[in-house]
Amino acid sequence: MYDDRTWAMELLTGLYRTMLLIRLTEERIAALIEAKEIKTPCHLCIGQEAIAAGVCAALDGQDSIWGGHRSHGHYLAKGGDLNGLLAEILGKTTGCSTGRGGSMHLIDTAVGVMGTVPLVGATIPLAAGAAWASKLRGDGRVAVAFFGDGATEEGHFHESLNLASLYRLPVLFVCENNFYSTHMPLAERRPKDNIVQSADLHGMPGVRVDGNDVMEVYESARAAVKRARDGQGPTLLECRTYRWRGHVGPAWDLDVGEQRRRELEEWLPKDPLPRLRRRIVEAGGRLDEFDTMEQEVRADIEAAVRFARDSPTPDPSELLQHVYGPRG
Amino acid sequence: MRQLTYAQAIREAHAQLLREDSRVFICGQGVWNPWYAGKSLLDLDKEFGRDRVLDCPVSENATTAAGIGAAIAGMRPIVFHARMDFMLLAVDPIINQAANWSYLFGGQGSVPIVIRCVINRGGEQGAQHSQALHGLFTHVPGLKVVMPSTPYDAKGLLIASVRDRNPVLYIDDRWLYDDSGDVPEETYEVPIGKAAVRRQGKDVTLAATSFMAAEAIQAVETLAGLGVDVELIDLRTVKPWDRDLVFSSVGKTGRLVIADAAWHSGGVAADVAATVTGELFHALKAPILRVCLPDAPAPTSAVLERAYFIGPGDIVAAVQKVLH
Repeated sequence: MYDDRTWAMELLTGLYRTMLLIRLTEERIAALIEAKEIKTPCHLCIGQEAIAAGVCAALDGQDSIWGGHRSHGHYLAKGGDLNGLLAEILGKTTGCSTGRGGSMHLIDTAVGVMGTVPLVGATIPLAAGAAWASKLRGDGRVAVAFFGDGATEEGHFHESLNLASLYRLPVLFVCENNFYSTHMPLAERRPKDNIVQSADLHGMPGVRVDGNDVMEVYESARAAVKRARDGQGPTLLECRTYRWRGHVGPAWDLDVGEQRRRELEEWLPKDPLPRLRRRIVEAGGRLDEFDTMEQEVRADIEAAVRFARDSPTPDPSELLQHVYGPRG
Repeated sequence: MRQLTYAQAIREAHAQLLREDSRVFICGQGVWNPWYAGKSLLDLDKEFGRDRVLDCPVSENATTAAGIGAAIAGMRPIVFHARMDFMLLAVDPIINQAANWSYLFGGQGSVPIVIRCVINRGGEQGAQHSQALHGLFTHVPGLKVVMPSTPYDAKGLLIASVRDRNPVLYIDDRWLYDDSGDVPEETYEVPIGKAAVRRQGKDVTLAATSFMAAEAIQAVETLAGLGVDVELIDLRTVKPWDRDLVFSSVGKTGRLVIADAAWHSGGVAADVAATVTGELFHALKAPILRVCLPDAPAPTSAVLERAYFIGPGDIVAAVQKVLH
């Protein structure tokens, strides 16, 4: 249907649009936090957008993703409803979790966002379990666990890699190594910068990826997805990136010291959006199309903010609803 | 009717569930080995294949959590823990994930998983092979906790638990495995949340759980010989426990003894006592007594074990105390 050049351009602009949506949504959320309109703790992924965008572009609609506390980007990249995200963060009944979850509990099962939770790395074995279900059913679906570098220090990370590798489960373990777990640098938490080697110990391929290069992320994820679908089991991707803002909230955390300032100076020029933009221009993309895209994305975000603001808050009489599911 | 042992009844429920529902699978440590599971899972791997009946790596946390993930993805897993003590390594997925999942996503994500664990005590096994920890889990909203005491209930509650769309902790007791009783051949459900009256009586209500409900049969016979007419209730489900039945019984007798072979403080017996006191204070003719384990880890030496564990004699003594 498309020649290679058109396909490549559609892929590139699609990835750019996803990253732009994440970046601008996160910046809008940051502004709403500063305006004290948002109270729920928000862990922003500004600077890390390429990982969510690149991995999710390699997935089909039926594939599932599982996230953590910093998962606005994963939710949006997989196609999660923007209105539902903003309404959830504002605690409204139209939110994706009906106002019971907040920023850290996002779900949109219609597009395969199965759930995000803040217990560190807790969805790593859940994703393995979803892959287990797929293997037993033979439905060809792939599951993805997104988690940070801190999660690789949890026992269930290693238990899950072992289990998934032993049973050749169709799952991708995507570590977003931003070199911080809350305030603690990687170098103060482990003797070696060697997360990717966990893959070898558990008998699966491990790939270290430039997490700010969306095409590299996409290509690595595509190979891992193919491997999973072919019944060859899991892959660990270590995507190296950097968290621009603090652990939680919109602050830049420049007060924490000289190291942080130096790191930001190093990482800000590696911003994944201009990198892809240059690539698109080199491939013949037109600058005015970026402007149009940005206007469209901003309009969608403002519409979602209005939707969230206009939505009703939950009724206290519904407090005890959903403690148990159906037949409960 | 046909007689099966408690362990055979559990095995039959597993087999019938595996047969009737392709979403059901069993995973956990010791699933292939009777040393762990007694006869309760005997040869299920040979009958249904090792894809659906899996003996897993020594990873309580990941095994349980992967079961939860599979349940969210539409399967009906039964995760097996041969000792409840070891299941503590999986408390994060059970409480933080499975129990919360429905609520925190506004009812969109149900977790139809059965987490089966075994209380396996006595025999000088000591503190970490003996614990009855159901009280920890009855504290948690979103979980259901069942504890069958008869072969009939062991089968019917397992079937009901697997068919329920919520996370259910199914706790069986190794001391009951050789008990025999009537068990229908067909599948049937014992409803979760419904207690059973084992004997009608007018003097005292005795509410018991699991192994103590079995022990209570003997205690009640002894008391009948002494002219005391006990109404014996087997709670069967300890979360949510059957308030209606307990309230109506205590409303009739005015006296309540609760027998639960777990620690005295903060457990199921404490909750039943506090709830009945709050609802039926004016109907009570005597203080409510609990027959529970002392607040100490289980010892090993047989002499200490005999002092530690409770039995029919302790129930008889407590019932006599509330009558006088």
